[in-house]
This record gives sequence, C-alpha cells and structure tokens, in this order.
Amino acid sequence: MVALGRRYFMGGAAALGTTALWPARPGFATTGMDFDEARHLLSRATFGATPAEIRAVAATDYEAAVDRLLATGHDDTLTASPNWFNKASDEQARQLCAWWVEEMLVTDQPLVERMTLFWHNHFTSSLDKVRYAPMLHRQNALFRREALGNFARLLKAVARDPAMLIYLDGAQSVAQRPNENFARELLELFTLGEGHYSEADVRNAARAFTGWSIDGEAGPFVNRVEQHDGGQKTFLGQTGYFDGDDVLDIVLRHPRTAELVCGKLWREFVSLTPDPAEIRRIAAILRAGGYEMKPVLKAMFLSPAFRDPANRGALIKSPIDLLVGSVHLLGLSVPDKTPLAAMMQGLGQLPFYLPDVKGWPGGESWITTYTLLLRQQYLRRMIEATTVASMDGAMMRPVEGRSLRNAGKEASLGSTLSGIDANELMRALLPRQPIDPLDLNGAPGEVVASAMLDPVYQLK
Amino acid sequence: MARILLLVELKGGNDGLNTVIPYADPLYRELRPDIGLARERVLQLDERVGLHARLEPLITAWQARDLAIVQGVGYPDPSRSHFRSIEIWDTASSSGKTLSEGWVARAFEHAALPKGAGVDSIAIDTNARPLMGPDLRTVVMQDAETFLRQTQALRSEPVDNGGNPALRHLLAVQREVNAAAADLRDELQAAPNPVHAYAGDPFGQQLDLATRLIAGGVPVVAVKIALAGFDTHADQVSIHEALLAALAGGLAAFRYNMIAAGRWDDVLVLTYSEFGRRARQNASRGTDHGAAAPQFVLGGRVKGGLHGSYPSLADLQDGDLRHTVDFRDVYSTIARGCWDRSVAFGQRTGQKLDLVAS
Repeated sequence: MVALGRRYFMGGAAALGTTALWPARPGFATTGMDFDEARHLLSRATFGATPAEIRAVAATDYEAAVDRLLATGHDDTLTASPNWFNKASDEQARQLCAWWVEEMLVTDQPLVERMTLFWHNHFTSSLDKVRYAPMLHRQNALFRREALGNFARLLKAVARDPAMLIYLDGAQSVAQRPNENFARELLELFTLGEGHYSEADVRNAARAFTGWSIDGEAGPFVNRVEQHDGGQKTFLGQTGYFDGDDVLDIVLRHPRTAELVCGKLWREFVSLTPDPAEIRRIAAILRAGGYEMKPVLKAMFLSPAFRDPANRGALIKSPIDLLVGSVHLLGLSVPDKTPLAAMMQGLGQLPFYLPDVKGWPGGESWITTYTLLLRQQYLRRMIEATTVASMDGAMMRPVEGRSLRNAGKEASLGSTLSGIDANELMRALLPRQPIDPLDLNGAPGEVVASAMLDPVYQLK
Repeated sequence: MARILLLVELKGGNDGLNTVIPYADPLYRELRPDIGLARERVLQLDERVGLHARLEPLITAWQARDLAIVQGVGYPDPSRSHFRSIEIWDTASSSGKTLSEGWVARAFEHAALPKGAGVDSIAIDTNARPLMGPDLRTVVMQDAETFLRQTQALRSEPVDNGGNPALRHLLAVQREVNAAAADLRDELQAAPNPVHAYAGDPFGQQLDLATRLIAGGVPVVAVKIALAGFDTHADQVSIHEALLAALAGGLAAFRYNMIAAGRWDDVLVLTYSEFGRRARQNASRGTDHGAAAPQFVLGGRVKGGLHGSYPSLADLQDGDLRHTVDFRDVYSTIARGCWDRSVAFGQRTGQKLDLVAS
C-alpha cells in the first residue's frame, strides 16, 4: 500500500507511479493493489466506499478482491419486505421505493444490488403502468436472485413475470389479435438489438407468445393454451410451431444476444467508449459459459481496459451512485428513505419508474445544466446534514444563507470519515485530481465539503 | 422577422387518427369499433375531417385562422421503435441514417447567431435533442425559480479537463450554466406573470415558463416543451381524451397570453410525435405503434386551415397510414417561416407547404 502521506496525484493520472506496480500484462495480474486501485474497483462494483473499506480491499490481492465481490451468500435482502396489507396503492409504491433505497444502503452484497439495478434497467418497468407495487417487488426479487446468476434463466423468467406481462401488454395478447409490444422490445432492447430482425420476426414472435398471461389482475403467470396461436411461424429464418420458449431459445442461440448484454455491461462498469473487440471477447465468455454471469463479470473486472489508470474517473455517477454513495460515505443516518427517493426522482433515476422501455440512458445524459445544479444542491444539503440539520427533516429544501465553505468548517464528520488525514480523505472521495485545488490544511470538514462539491466528485 | 419556435413533443406516439378524425369515412368505424369517436363528438372542420371533441379549446384559433393542421406527416420506411423514430424526428434524418445533431441546431449551421445573449434555445423538458448541436447554446431547465436559485451557487472559471471525455462533458455543462444564468437572471425576474394562468400540471408549468421567457423578451430561437403519455396500447379512450384536453387547453391559453403580450405574431408553435398509431384498434381497446399522423402549427402569422391530404384508410401500409407529407418538408417550411433559414434536411425535391405568411 502506498504511504498515505504521499502527495496526491503528483503528476496527474499518467504519472501515478504505475511502472513499478504495473505488471506487463495487467489482465493476468493477481497481486499488487494500491489504495487508488482499490478505490477504483469499489467505486465501480459497489455504490461507493469509505476510506476504511478501501484500505481493507487494498490489503488483499486484486483477483481475490474481485472474487470476494462476486461471492454471493444469500438471495434475500437485509431489509424486511414491506407490509402491503391494507395500504393504498400510493403508499405501497412509496414503501417499495423506500425499501429498495434502504437495501442499497445496508446491503452486505453491494455488487448484487448493483446488478439487480442493472437488470431493472435492462428488463424495464414502471409502476405508472404496472400499478401493483407487490408485483414489482417480486420482479425485483427475481433480478436479485439472478443478479450474478444466469441470463438465460433470467430471460425465461422475465418473459413469464407478471409485471413484465402487464408492462409490455403480453397479458392481453391473444391469438386473434397478438399485441406486438413485448415481442418488439424483446428483440430490439432485451436481446438482439435493432437491425438484427425484421418486422415479420416481430409479428411472428408476438404470435408465439400469445396465451402467456396472468391470472386475475395481479398474477400469477398463467399459460392460456386456448388463446395461443398454435400455427406455423417463421422466426429468424427458422420455421416451426413455435411457442414463447422456442422464440427465447432461438434468440439465446443468436450471438447478438450476448453481445448486446455485454455491451451494456461494458458501459455500466468499464467505459462509455465501446471497445468492440473486448465486448466480443467477453460476450464469447458469456455464451460459452451457458450465460452464467460470474465468469463474464470477473473477466470484465480483470480486463486491462478496466484496470487502466487512465480509466479512473471516466464514468459519470448515476443519481443512485451519487446519493447512496454520499450517504454511505458520510455515514449519515437517514431514518426515512422517501426523501432520498425524491432526490433520485429529481435527478432522473427513481427506481421502479423507468422513463420508458429503453431505460435510463445514463452516461453523459445524467449531467445536464439542470441536473448538475440539482446534484450540487443535494450534496450541499447532505454536508449540512452533518451540522445544522439532520437528514430526518425536509431534506429537499436547501438551507438558505449558508455558504458551503462555512457549512464545511462546522461539519462534524461521522465515524466513517473522522480522524482521517486530509490527503487520504481526498484520495477516497475523488477519482482524480480536483478541479479546484483543495486546501489540505483546512478543517477536515472543509476538505470533505470542497471535495464533494468539486465537479470531479460526479465521476467514478 | 426572427420568430421563436415553441416545439411541443407528444411523447409516446400520438394517435393521429383519433386527433384529426376522418369522421365521414365508413372505414374509420370499421377499424375502430370500440375506440372510434362518435360522429356527434367530432368538431367538424370540413365535410371529411374533424377534431376530437376534447380539442375544443383550439376552435377559437381555428376560426381565427391561426391554426394550421398538416395531415399525414411521416417519412418513408417508418420505424415503429419509440427511440429510433423520435431520434429520426428530432434530428430530421432519413429512416436508414443516424444523425447526432438536432434539426433546430442543424438549421443554424454556420449561422453566427448574435452572441450577446447567453443562450440560444431552452428545453423545459428532459429531451433536448432537437436543440442539441455545436451551433446552438442550449440550456435544459425544469422551472425558473429553481434554476435561478441554483445558479447563484456556481463558480465560473474555466479549467483543464485532462483528456477525460466524461469530465469534459461535465465542465462544458457547467460553463453553459454559468453563461446562461448570467443572462437569464435579470430577464426572468423582470418578466410579468402570464395574464391567463395555466394548469398546475407539468405541461402547464412548462407553458408558464415558456410564456415568461418569450413575453419577457429573452432572445432565443426555440423553446421546447413536452406532454407525455401517448403510448396508448390498452384502454386508450379516457387516457387519450385527457391528454388531448391538456394539450388543447394549454395551447389555447398560450395563444391568449401571447396575444396579451403582443408576441403572437412572433411565435410559431409546432407539435410532433414519434409516430401515429396502427389504424386498426388492438384487442386491448388500444392501438399499437403506427406511422403517419397530423401536426399542428399555431401562430399569429400562420396560414390556418388544413394542409396536405389525409392518408387513405383504404390504402394502408402494413396496417398503418401512408404519409402524404414528409416531416422534413414541414421542418424546412418552419425554418424559413421562423428564422428565414433555408435548409432542405436532405430532401432533394421538397414539397412546398404554405404554412406561414412572410
């Protein structure tokens, strides 16, 4: 581990002393990790890490740290499921959001939660359409069960998932009048991608799924054979009396499916710049492994592109990264998670309310003139929460008339950050050199406040 | 002559067939047995087509000949994907080509807009793509009060981005905010309240801010707003009616406010949506993704009336209306009528539309 007293980012990212630490073939490196690399891994694979968590990981070797992140001990949440009984639907929706936000904060398997969120953004949904919060709660449990599980199994379960059957109108699709919504998005967004199927494929896939429906208003799944179009169909060049599973089997045999999923994983975890050769390489791992997720995630975290020091700070934090990460970092007590969910909504990422079936576009689109202003307002509010106003009140209202630096001066840092020297604070909070040079001789609260308000804090 | 374009996106794919209704065609009732509008609820515009009853607030504009309706707008080889098709509409591309710049920004390519103002266009909506391009400085905001409060806190020195594209984007956005904030602050604070109040819903709030900006004399070329929820796959009648009522009520109030502010001759309102919907209703009393649909154009200098021709219900293409007007010809007409810009958007021989008086 690099001595903490060393001046931070002495010569910019390129001069980070990597020649000595960096093996010739970093993809096969199994030993040697410094604080900054540990920070990088955790910033991508979790919702963000405290200095103590970074130090603990830096003490192990890199591959072991990746294996530990990929290890799963249980399918459950640590947070108790909401009690839906006798609640109005608005209240159930509020409970659902608060429940997941809490789980993101308390989870002992952060990569599982990250991947649950990834699948939520892949197999999109919205309470505006689905309406029944318990259905999306069950769908969320499915995503968590298969978070690091198996994509083929997940795809087949999603096609039968009651929330999905409502969200994309499959529940109403019958032989006489097939509804194309699910079939189209399955091909365009969930598996093959645009340009790899025809309109006729959409129509015939829609016919194959007819009859897959839900029992009553809220499920469970039911296969109504009398509503199924049993006729012959031609789909992606194959002809047969296909049903929904046949269509899913055909798309799972198509090489584009793994490429599309891996392209999205790349953008989520590695870089906003696609690397077609690398994406094909990890897609091949996904297919060869029968769509098991752990080998492909491991390959990604071990890839040279992921570990390249120039890649640090190259992704933009999503609103959930920013908010969950900052609460975790500051160690804030947030008894009511609903205001946090409202902040997520303000920044454009309220769980269970995807803007459309394509999901949150992410990347640079997270930062607009509007959301940049709002992000800084929320961060100011959190810094102030350490001093003047705890997080249990009306968190959305800015505390007027207090400059940030004053707030920072008075900030009383919680146990996650107290007693840590200014240099390590800065290295834990920022993925690269700040835009505004920090005054490392200032009060620790000021260092934290200035770092969090620096544009670089928006990166991971 | 520079006018301000108010661009209104109808998100999700508006059902054009139930917006401007070919009520006299018996095929309409055959295609829409459950969700078709009864003849007596159609506001007849001529002997063939009429407006949905919930668009009644727009009748005053129609009678004043301030409302032009362009029928059957679309493009060849239509995409039925929300995302691809809105991208096509936002960037004025052809179906097979992907462009990254918005059509409004493209209209100002090398235009050298006066740089006195800090901002050229404003999106009061999350989708700013029609306005996005290197020749247009665009700001995205949600509401004026929040915008002004937040800009107080920003610092402004430019900095080095160290070759990181994500950081480069972040810093570019921050500079945009700083420049725009300085410019807009005084003008918005001086702008009068709209004479006719808008509904309190998001669409009303967007119109309210657009009204303040335009009535307050902020020198922008375009303002974009949006009304969402038009993806009516199931049980669409009540959903669609409510959306049309919000659209018509909002735009009628906007017209009154612009007239009151003496700006109605200086604005053009243009609605658009990624596609219309399938001619035949589906089994869920809704409609699936379709193709051609009408567009509304409003303004004091608009040549009111029906333009283009209504697509035939007897000659559908894959179950959808065939377009009779290419949307890029509408854009060309608007670019000329609004900003005196001559842009063909890749159309070799564009159709002449007489929508705006010079």
